[in-house]
Amino acid sequence: MSGTVELRNHGRELRYFQLRLAISAGFVLLLFGLLFARFFYLQVSQREHYHTLAEANRISISPLAPDRGLILDRNGEVLAHNYSAYTLEIIPGRNANLEATINELASVVEIAARDRKRFKKLVGESKRYESLPIRTRLSDVEVARFAANRYRFPEVEIKARLFRQYPKGEGTSHVVGYISRINHQDLKQLEASGDSTNYRGSNYIGKIGIEQSYEKELHGITGFEEVETDASGRAVRVLSRTPPISGNNLKLSLDAKLQEVAEQAFGDRRGALVAIDPTSGDVLAFVSKPGFDPNLFVDGIDSENWDLLNNSIDRPLNNRALRGLYPPGSTFKPFMALAGLELKKRTPQYTISDAGYFSLPGSSHRYRDWKVGGHGSVDLHKSLVISCDTYYYGLANDLGIAKIFSFISQFGLGKLTGIDIEGEVPGLLPSQEWKMRRHKQKWYAGDTISVGIGQGYNLATPLQLAFATAILAGNGTAFRPHLVKQVQNSKTGALRDIVTQPLYTLDLNPENLTRVHNALVDVTRPGGTAARAGAGAAYTFAGKTGTSQVIGMKQGEKYVESKIQERHRDHALFIAYAPADKPKIALAVLVENGGHGGSTAAPIARLVIDYFLLGKLPAGAAVETADDEEGAHD
Amino acid sequence: MTSSVRLWHYLTRYVDNFLLGGVLLLMLIGLLVLYSATDANLSRVSNQAINMLVALTVMWLVANIPLQHIMRLAVPLYMIGLMLLIGVALFGEIHNGARRWLNIGVTRIQPSELMKLAVPLMMAWYFDKHETTLRLRDYAVATLLLLLPLLLILRQPDLGTTLLIASSGFYVLFLAGLSWRIIAGLLLAALGSLPVLWSMLHDYQRRRVMTLFDPTQDPLGAGYHTIQSTIAIGSGGVIGKGWQSGTQTHLDFLPEKSTDFIFAVFSEEFGLMGNILLLLLYLVVIGRGMVITANASTQFTRLIAGSITLTFFTYIFVNIGMVAGILPVVGVPLPLISYGGTSMVTMLLGFGILMSIQTHPKLVKT
Repeated sequence: MSGTVELRNHGRELRYFQLRLAISAGFVLLLFGLLFARFFYLQVSQREHYHTLAEANRISISPLAPDRGLILDRNGEVLAHNYSAYTLEIIPGRNANLEATINELASVVEIAARDRKRFKKLVGESKRYESLPIRTRLSDVEVARFAANRYRFPEVEIKARLFRQYPKGEGTSHVVGYISRINHQDLKQLEASGDSTNYRGSNYIGKIGIEQSYEKELHGITGFEEVETDASGRAVRVLSRTPPISGNNLKLSLDAKLQEVAEQAFGDRRGALVAIDPTSGDVLAFVSKPGFDPNLFVDGIDSENWDLLNNSIDRPLNNRALRGLYPPGSTFKPFMALAGLELKKRTPQYTISDAGYFSLPGSSHRYRDWKVGGHGSVDLHKSLVISCDTYYYGLANDLGIAKIFSFISQFGLGKLTGIDIEGEVPGLLPSQEWKMRRHKQKWYAGDTISVGIGQGYNLATPLQLAFATAILAGNGTAFRPHLVKQVQNSKTGALRDIVTQPLYTLDLNPENLTRVHNALVDVTRPGGTAARAGAGAAYTFAGKTGTSQVIGMKQGEKYVESKIQERHRDHALFIAYAPADKPKIALAVLVENGGHGGSTAAPIARLVIDYFLLGKLPAGAAVETADDEEGAHD
Repeated sequence: MTSSVRLWHYLTRYVDNFLLGGVLLLMLIGLLVLYSATDANLSRVSNQAINMLVALTVMWLVANIPLQHIMRLAVPLYMIGLMLLIGVALFGEIHNGARRWLNIGVTRIQPSELMKLAVPLMMAWYFDKHETTLRLRDYAVATLLLLLPLLLILRQPDLGTTLLIASSGFYVLFLAGLSWRIIAGLLLAALGSLPVLWSMLHDYQRRRVMTLFDPTQDPLGAGYHTIQSTIAIGSGGVIGKGWQSGTQTHLDFLPEKSTDFIFAVFSEEFGLMGNILLLLLYLVVIGRGMVITANASTQFTRLIAGSITLTFFTYIFVNIGMVAGILPVVGVPLPLISYGGTSMVTMLLGFGILMSIQTHPKLVKT
């Protein structure tokens, strides 16, 4: 084109225009073809893909959390249950200014500093888009007040939730344990075990105690609801529903009343008591004092209460019955006596002349008896009744550590009892192998001597002592101790027993057993170390006192209780069973810094057995009596 | 002849039945889709019906005006429009970050809407005036007539309207015989100016363009619209989910579903079959426009008819292309179907001009 175009020919001009128009029409058809190709791609080739995306948009699966199973004692008394209450919840990830929201919320419902701290802790532990409670258990008035002001808090939701409650509070804290919010660690574990889908709707999980160990039974099976949702995530309607299956109820072996009696018998003392039915392994009472209020943990404990519990010198969070390690002291002696008889190292008639100490041949070191000057002439029966140390020093030396270990480990000492809550420790029944492994030292003859009276390297939990006592009371028949007796299927109501068969039965000579039983009955009779605690018992009451040392004494030093600080006093121990001829209960009591077993531990056992066998309620807490005799051991 | 028949004849004298039929069918579809898109909101549907009646009346009125009169309006309309645009730039009201509206006391007006017709009218008028002595200079002047309002509108900013006016102006230039070499040159210049244009774009406009290439980059922001609309279209399949049964639509996943994204509603509920039917209907209307253009007797009527027809097509292509995820998201409605009165009136005003061209006695230049 040269700058000037002269369109003289009208017809040519028109043809030229029509060519351009035709080109435009082609352009239109081409682009419409392009649109058609796009439709074909989207609606035919990729239809499935987009269909799936649209369905994913539309349908959301929302889990329906099952109701957690109840925990009942052996008589049907409720130890853990659920109740419905309203909570106010916030999703931190959807809330730009949490602080401001909470401050404003505080003008409508009461939000204590404790709630704020607890919430802050929860935010730190949870995922960003988890709905977290800022206030729980709202009163009716608070619910109404919030409802009226709801428009001001679009980011706060009010929800009806089931809460776990432990009516017995402290009393069953170490048995039942508690549930608490699922944290990162729990989540990882659930993922590892493949259970995470079943917890999609759950906020809580058992953390300790039965709540933890029977989590699988208690939790139940999560249901699902297919919900059609709109773009803002609101449910529009339910498409299908698979209802959740409630968790199974647990019926414990525990007798809540007996537990309460035992608790009260301790008064303010620290310690533990485990009572077992020797004919079944049912754990009848399982006390660790002090306890704590498990209800504090359910919605996340606030830091104040946590510090209080965690830093307390009484260590209330420590499950003494399960994890407390104590030298069994003289409660070890009945098992030693039986070993002497069974392994034929002692006859019932064999008598020693006790001068108050024992020395190994060729050594001047004196293993002293608790009684200065000794007990004079002592046979097996008397050795148990008056708890003669010298007798057992000699017996231990004659048996040797290998035999002591192999015989007494049959009573469950030095290994896990297998009780149905987690965290149990195995204690320690020493052996040559153990010493070599642990201390890289060979075993000395002198090591055996103090093992004979339950000291030295010996360590046992109150649970183990109770288990051993139950085996002794049951004449060698061992049942795995269990806190849960039966599991009740939530759907069918059918009951399933946890333990039905004994673990094993020891092959013991009945005569030897009778001799030990008789001696232990005399322990609680006049002349025995627990005579005061046994006075007036309406049943045959077999028991054995024990004392375990808290601080070491030098050779020649005398233990004077009054001079020792309360926390450095010896621990008092007592094992017992009754009625002695046909035992229905076997137990072990430990009173920390209680001094003498006969004076502080035995009375507790008496109160518990009185209640269990006779239904007799104690007048008050056990009162310490100081005149029973039993001293410290070397 | 009875008087009623005569009245009917009088009323339909200047109406092109073919075009009217296509428009009415499209409007009917529009109302049906809108009914579904608004979740059976009758007040919005009847509102839209009123918009349609107003627009149809405007169309009828314009169709009755002989083209010479319309031609005389070209220059004053353009001048007024240009002044109003300058007014907007100086005193305009800002809504949603764009300065598009001018408050003239009684009401707010959007002068860029007026320019959608005023610019091609002006350019066609100019080419008509210099028909016999077309020089390169004339194309330059016409281009200037186009660029002036375009820059003002781009500054508001209003990408959709800029695009539509630019294309309507380009169609006039193209149909007026702009040499291919210059078209190629313009295309190259346009490509070359892309970086400059890019730097002029606002952040949200840039995001829209970027999102086109990868909508998943910003799934909850700029990409959300496109992602949800393509899901709606794709999940519609061949026969669609059925009227009022689109899940994307009725569960609120689709944004702006009664206005710019209404095509996704239609496509989800009527599927590929519906899409083909709709494209065919649009093609019928465009085809009729092309026939009218081809039959037009003067340079002015040819150019304006061609521009109106092709701009109508541009609306359709840009809107559907954006909803289907092959063009960036720009605010262009789907003609005769999207909810809204202004664009409906502008559209039918154009069709009124087409009818006037077709039905008034042709002036044949000698």
